[in-house]
Amino acid sequence: MNQFALAFTPEKLQEAWHVFLTEFPMGLWETVYVTVLATFFAIVLGLPLGILLVTGDEKGIRPLPKPLMKVINVIINFLRSVPFLILIVMVIPLTRAIIGTSIGSVASIVPLVVAAFPFVARLVESSLRELDPNIIEMAQSMGSSTMQIIFRVMLPESVPSLVTNFTLAITTILGYTAMSGAMGGGGLGKIAINYGYSRYKYAVLYLAVIVLVILVQVFQSIGTRLAARLDKRIKK
Amino acid sequence: MIELRNLSKSFVTADGPVEALRHVNLTVNDGDIYGIIGMSGAGKSTLVRCINMLERPTEGSVLLDGQDLGALSKKEMQQVRRKVTMIFQSFNLLMQRTCLQNVLFPLKLAHAPKAQAEARAKELLATVGLPDKANVYPAQLSGGQQQRVAIARALATEPQVLLCDEATSALDPKTTQSILELIRQINRDTGITVIVITHQMSVVQEICNRVAILEHGTVVEEGDVSQVFSRPKAAATRALVFPEMSGGEGQLSSGYGQLVRLVFEGSITTNKPLIASMAMECGIAANILGASTRTVGKREYGYMLLEIPGGPDELARALKYISTVPNVVAQVEAEYSGKEAAK
Ligand SMILES: Nc1ncnc2c1ncn2[C@@H]1O[C@H](COP(=O)(O)OP(=O)(O)O)[C@@H](O)[C@H]1O
Ligand SMILES: [Mg+2]
Repeated sequence: MNQFALAFTPEKLQEAWHVFLTEFPMGLWETVYVTVLATFFAIVLGLPLGILLVTGDEKGIRPLPKPLMKVINVIINFLRSVPFLILIVMVIPLTRAIIGTSIGSVASIVPLVVAAFPFVARLVESSLRELDPNIIEMAQSMGSSTMQIIFRVMLPESVPSLVTNFTLAITTILGYTAMSGAMGGGGLGKIAINYGYSRYKYAVLYLAVIVLVILVQVFQSIGTRLAARLDKRIKK
Repeated sequence: MIELRNLSKSFVTADGPVEALRHVNLTVNDGDIYGIIGMSGAGKSTLVRCINMLERPTEGSVLLDGQDLGALSKKEMQQVRRKVTMIFQSFNLLMQRTCLQNVLFPLKLAHAPKAQAEARAKELLATVGLPDKANVYPAQLSGGQQQRVAIARALATEPQVLLCDEATSALDPKTTQSILELIRQINRDTGITVIVITHQMSVVQEICNRVAILEHGTVVEEGDVSQVFSRPKAAATRALVFPEMSGGEGQLSSGYGQLVRLVFEGSITTNKPLIASMAMECGIAANILGASTRTVGKREYGYMLLEIPGGPDELARALKYISTVPNVVAQVEAEYSGKEAAK
């Protein structure tokens, strides 16, 4: 405890402030772009997969062979149940193949995407399942093709729910970037670990945490507001 | 013309097969407002979904102008669905789109030219009485207004058949009236064939010219509305026409005698002397178990349920007497007397 108290002496705080001014801007930028890019690619992969989970279902608009759906579900569940730290190590060969290295913030995007896209697929699945099946039936009764139902009915009608769920995805991925920072990635996570864990500079660690919390709040409130604004069911 | 030939549909469920439709035969002529009425679970929704192949019949066929819809490819069926459109109990509007975009929806599916489609959509919104709601979202509309938008949408592709599955069941009586009036007006103006699915007798009375009564997946009675309602043959029809005169008869009846149902054209009160004069002239003191009136189309019908005491002789005499009275038809409740006899 003594050591802990010593971490917040005026000199230490001043040192932390110095780190804050010199290293945090870059760290924050890395965290933000890694989070945004990882979320983007997770959606690029997760959205079609989520659509497939709904439309390919036994009761979906375009049922796929049951064994195929089973395999897809098993893979998703598998990826979702591997702890993220282990996943980072597991995908190192893939990361090297794509980025050329497994170190650095750009490289950390790969394990983040691998971890997040099955999660996003499940979120998309739940958003699309919220949709009133009568609406789908209406579209079918008007002669919609499968693609028309997906792109003209299912997705547009689910926009508010999708935005809400993508917000959940981006804040979750933000948390994961801090973890990947500890495993060779960059950003605020790396700064927090470098100073806080390796050198017992808790003041820096706490500052990093505060910035991360603020970042989550920012993403969350933007997402919540956007979802509300986009939802035409809400009377204004 | 729509013909249903020997149409059957069964569902496979966890508790075994459910036969939703059994050997249904119906013909709907062009320009008809055809009612299909039945209790909940009778198979009405399944029937209407077979007409546009949202449900594939297990057996039998659906013919649209002689063309077997079951034989069409998926693409061809999508084309047919622009000619046989549907409105629903829950309106099923796209909630994230404006009214105009909702009406445009089927036109966009059909890749109609944009300017032309928009002109038509606006015209249709005017037809259904909502010319000023083009840029409003459905959540801001009342149920009746939402159904009007749904009707405009259903008419966008100039269909020849409009299917209405409980289209007014979620609306209050006044709004129901106005929606039915709109459907009738559209039918008059465009000659569109309308199939009205409902569990409400009043809806059929209001707008239909022909009706089929569906019970447990079977058509138990079919014909002109005035015919079917004035002389309901099937028990299910009577239960629908006179819910208050079904089921309670057992308690009222003494159990000695035959039940006879009379149908009067015109008001029941003007026929009061019938009972009295039957007593005087034939010596038969009929017991009145129930009476009621109904307006079907423009005509009023009176119904009376009588119990004729005595045996077959008295019954024959009573029927003979009744047959001499104009505008009255008598029906013996055969199944009822059977039930009584069993007691
Ligand atoms: N998709 C389905 N799967 C299993 N059973 C069904 C299905 N659709 C309807 N049924 C059954 O078929 C019968 C008729 O249903 P329905 O056509 O909805 O009746 P209605 O519209 O007259 O109330 C009911 O017993 C219902 O449970
Ligand atoms: Mg129904």
